[in-house]
Amino acid sequence: MGALLEIDNLQTHFFTSGGTVKAVDGVSYDVNAGETVAVVGESGSGKSVTALSILRLIPKPPGEIVGGEIRFQGKNLAFCTEDEIREIRGRDISMIFQEPMTSLNPVLSIGMQLTEPMMAHMQMSEAEARERAVKLLELVGINEPRRRIDQFPHHLSGGMRQRVMIAMSLACEPKLIIADEPTTALDVTIQAQILELMKNLTREMNVAMIIITHNLGVVARYADRVNVMYAGRIVETGKASDIYHRPRHPYTLALLKSVPRMDRPRQAKLDPVEGQPPDLTRLDGGCSFRPRCKFAIDKCAESYPPLEEMGEQHFSACFRSKESLAEIEL
Amino acid sequence: MVTVSEVQTEAQFEEVAPKKPWTKVAVDLARRQPLGVFGLAIVIVMIIAAVLADVVAPFNPLEEHFDAMLAAPGTDGYLLGTDEFGRDILSRLIYGSRTALLVGFVCAIVGSTAGLVLGVASAYFGGLFDLVLQRILDVFMAFPLIILALAVVATLGPGFENVMIAIIIPFIPQCARVVRANALAIREIPYVDAARALGFSDARIILRHMVPNVMAPYLIMLTTFLGQAILLEASLSFLGLGVQDPIPAWGLMLTNASEFFEGSPWVAIYPGVAISLSVFGFNLFGDSVRDVLDPKLRSR
Repeated sequence: MGALLEIDNLQTHFFTSGGTVKAVDGVSYDVNAGETVAVVGESGSGKSVTALSILRLIPKPPGEIVGGEIRFQGKNLAFCTEDEIREIRGRDISMIFQEPMTSLNPVLSIGMQLTEPMMAHMQMSEAEARERAVKLLELVGINEPRRRIDQFPHHLSGGMRQRVMIAMSLACEPKLIIADEPTTALDVTIQAQILELMKNLTREMNVAMIIITHNLGVVARYADRVNVMYAGRIVETGKASDIYHRPRHPYTLALLKSVPRMDRPRQAKLDPVEGQPPDLTRLDGGCSFRPRCKFAIDKCAESYPPLEEMGEQHFSACFRSKESLAEIEL
Repeated sequence: MVTVSEVQTEAQFEEVAPKKPWTKVAVDLARRQPLGVFGLAIVIVMIIAAVLADVVAPFNPLEEHFDAMLAAPGTDGYLLGTDEFGRDILSRLIYGSRTALLVGFVCAIVGSTAGLVLGVASAYFGGLFDLVLQRILDVFMAFPLIILALAVVATLGPGFENVMIAIIIPFIPQCARVVRANALAIREIPYVDAARALGFSDARIILRHMVPNVMAPYLIMLTTFLGQAILLEASLSFLGLGVQDPIPAWGLMLTNASEFFEGSPWVAIYPGVAISLSVFGFNLFGDSVRDVLDPKLRSR
């Protein structure tokens, strides 16, 4: 029995008037049952597009999955029919979006929105679904669930709405939850609460989770494994502790140096990643991080470095991982 | 760190304001939208007249009194006079309001609802579907309202149902266009994608998740159509393409009056006043509805 979700050489491209944007260009990763996997990268690195591809929510046109496989419990989601993917959505794989303020429909009550997927996917009666909705609201830490259930989204704060979204994502007992920057729009104090809640609930219910984020602090604390993405590819993948303490890819290293860390003495100043991410319509054959990389050599322009094994479950796509970067300990 | 029970301190929420008595609501509304309430009053009087026509009309609208043809207003109990067959004009106006209101409401509701569904579907599916549908609607929009209605009647022939179809058809693209523009904005809000991520069917997303969010433009179009439909029906009937004698209809009364109004002006004046007043009332009401529902257009 393989992993719950296997993404194999996924390619999602956007065909625009300015050229073909290779938003996801050969991404592979696995998610095991009950595991939390983080996907990290800056804006435009393709982390969200990968997630949307899993549920086939890429707007088409202009976007299209042009190659690769997404196997969920053995079924290839990348090229199944619309009806088949609809069966999976919400029931086996659910999604939490970035913006809790706009992810709930303003004209429908919390209860209606919570019960709708249960009635649609689990053939529950309205009364059963409502009972379960109250339990779910309680589970995600919303007080007075019996009163809240008849309220509308504008009655709730951002943190409360994200809790409702979490309740919705858990409603049909999915096997995998995709959380696309679930805390980006929230206050820092609420972020911690929400992440803690998601971690506890997914662990209790043995639900796998993909957290998409650009916040490395989130990764360190909540993820089992981490995939670092850059310009539509995975540049480094490994266990969270390896990525955090023994990065082998220059981009990961640069990312880690660009954020303040609580667990070591304060540095005089942070070290930002210089330069801009590349134009995804004009990628040459070489490593796409090359122009911003301190370790770049001539070989980097010739071909894209393959993912090489650095340690147990730890891979990095850099020609220099094994020499210049091998001894780094953070 | 933070457990589930500790996090209930998040902002508490104000209680929903206690319900105001409806009389107070009505007074408030009258103060803020005096013209709208005036329009609504006209509409309500019309509706009452239409519903209670059997009670309030002094005569049978079809009954011909050959002893009192073209009688002046006020004579022999004919308050607004009689027409060339001696039929009581007031009674015919009252029964005519049934025709006007029936055509008005049916056409406005059917036309704007069809436009609503087409507009939202067009925005939701986008792409080729949107492109083709919008071009088809463009073709219909290219004709002036009355010309298109005339063309439809010319194809289907006159008659009560055909007139309604003729009025509904030009309404659909108008409403679809306005609703689509609003729905395009709604389409981009994440809750639509969230609904897709929950595995709902397209029909469900359109009807349950998008349609309620474009109710404001829909209701604005609906109320605007009410007045327009009454005016169109009167125009078609006046041209002899609409409701046929002896069914009492205001436009038809005007047509018949055209031969006699020099000697007996009341046969034309009162149906004309009825048409103007009802369209005026519906338009005032419609304008207020728009002011209330569309804050962007509200002046200060």
